[in-house]
Amino acid sequence: MRASHHSAFGVQVTSGSRVVNVGLVVTGTDFLLSMVESRWAARNGDARKMDLQLKARQELEKIEQQLSRLQAAPGQNDDLRTQIKQLNDRIDSLRIEVSANHDAWQRTELARHPQRPYALDYIERIFTDFSEIHGDRGFGDDPAIVTGMARFQGQEVMIIGHQKARDTKQKVYRNFGMPNPEGYRKALRVMKIAEKFRRPLFTFVDTPGAYPGLGAEERGQAEAIARNLREMARLQVPIITTITGEGGSGGALAIAIADRVLMMENSIYSVISPEGCASIMWRDATKKELAAQALHITAKDLSELGCVDSIVPEPEGGAHTDHAAAADLLAESLKTNLAQLLKMPVPDLVDARYNKFRKMAQFFRVEV
Amino acid sequence: MAWFKREAGELDTSGEKKVRTEGLWVKCEGCRQIIWKKDLEDNLQVCPKCNKHFRIDARTRLAQLLDDDQYDTFADNLSSTDPLQFSDLKSYSSRLETAQAETGLTDAVINARGKLNGQPVIVSSMEYAFIGGSMGAVVGEVITRAIEEAQKTRTPLIIVSASGGARMMEGVVSLMQLAKISAALARLDEARVPYISVLTDPTTGGVTASFAMLGDLNVAEPGALIGFAGPRVIEQTIRTKLPAGFQRSEFLLEHGMLDAVVSRKDLKSYIGRALEFMAA
Repeated sequence: MRASHHSAFGVQVTSGSRVVNVGLVVTGTDFLLSMVESRWAARNGDARKMDLQLKARQELEKIEQQLSRLQAAPGQNDDLRTQIKQLNDRIDSLRIEVSANHDAWQRTELARHPQRPYALDYIERIFTDFSEIHGDRGFGDDPAIVTGMARFQGQEVMIIGHQKARDTKQKVYRNFGMPNPEGYRKALRVMKIAEKFRRPLFTFVDTPGAYPGLGAEERGQAEAIARNLREMARLQVPIITTITGEGGSGGALAIAIADRVLMMENSIYSVISPEGCASIMWRDATKKELAAQALHITAKDLSELGCVDSIVPEPEGGAHTDHAAAADLLAESLKTNLAQLLKMPVPDLVDARYNKFRKMAQFFRVEV
Repeated sequence: MAWFKREAGELDTSGEKKVRTEGLWVKCEGCRQIIWKKDLEDNLQVCPKCNKHFRIDARTRLAQLLDDDQYDTFADNLSSTDPLQFSDLKSYSSRLETAQAETGLTDAVINARGKLNGQPVIVSSMEYAFIGGSMGAVVGEVITRAIEEAQKTRTPLIIVSASGGARMMEGVVSLMQLAKISAALARLDEARVPYISVLTDPTTGGVTASFAMLGDLNVAEPGALIGFAGPRVIEQTIRTKLPAGFQRSEFLLEHGMLDAVVSRKDLKSYIGRALEFMAA
């Protein structure tokens, strides 16, 4: 007559008035809690801790549901009620622990999660009629940056985004999302097309950094980035940048001089990777968690430092758990921001962009 | 009886080393030869034997470029507030204090107004001895003010870079200085005020990837290390040894990334000539 529910650990309860095998429920729940706790404790071990945390959270939810059903059931003795209450308290404190602010390193792992949506995933879900534009007209086409024309809710727009990949072959093809100079030069070329035809520009940032390779140096990686910084600062169209995953230093900034810089909740933005910082400053790459904390790289940190304009929420658990929901949340934010920018006359827009970056990150005092 | 028996105690050697040579001679890292320090100074800190350009500090640079060593400094009273309260094995604030004590500067750059071959110029001269010439909020602001001053007074701007790049201890704050400076240079460019970038040993990272590569002319001293990524990072990435001369001025010139490589003794006249061309 009623469905009976099985938790992940086989604890059986019913959803109605009758509690089956009360003793088993309690011991079962104890076991369950100890499992959750041990998994929670495992978070300090490095591997797969985000997944463990997510599972822990899902399990906690299940236990909570079951316990609330137990509580609702009449005819219990006082002992059981006390036990249930204690369990509930324990669950609450565990829950707070699990969902407490992710630390900087956990965010870094989320930002790099292999299932995290990449530029093309967002483009597919947020835009229509995407037509890719290739090549820098000088040296080659860089697959680590995708650019193209698209429609955003019916409006013609230009898109630039770093592109990572999931399988090995594709990862190599995309160079792990690390652009060469021709990628940045392609980006600049399409910026100029957007400017000429007065179309808003959307950029999506997700890169470990500009590629530190021999060819990249020979072809002027620094010059390519520098020129983009200067030209974006004065581009005569609205620009909205979203840091979707990793905002890796100059390689990120080179497509991120925008009227609005948005950061996804679990993205990071930094002058150097936590690993790089750890090996330079601590002379020990394993101090990456410390370095991540010290560098202030989370969306909240950047927002507090006044280096980004707003934070885009992600679905519970992170963007990788639900690409469609993540895209919807982002689209909502893009829409609001674009509407605001389109109201401004272009000269005012460019002035405001200049003033924003001029006043940004002013952390100095005047010595007397 | 032994013929050579020492008669009394230890030998007296106190009279032997009366002439102190330390500090008078310098070994050149380029050619391994010993150079008389005064020769080196007379030759603008360039090895007379192999033309190796020694690193010089920001004040020496200003003295070499500006007429009669006459200039006044501006925006010289800013110092970092340590926005991240950064601390690794040592706290950033103590690193700052040490650097300030050692260089007598508040941060890694000096802004100066002066004349170069009679023409008024504004020079931002970077100090490598101050935490590797790294760029944080102060360097970003001071250079931006030099750019704004150049634009306001329509005075040609010269930035002499000597920097390892962005200052890690200021994290993303230092990254945003690239944006700020580049945006200011866009305005200077539109105002058609000359900007000459001088790249010296070393110029890497975020400094190369912003203002150092954005001059109307980008000129470098011979043999300077110039690049985006540091050589060690590249070696780790590509897992091979880098060729000799990689990322040196001459290499960049060959690959079309520099307008000229100019010896220190010719630098002032080269810039002077360029400014004559660019003068309104």
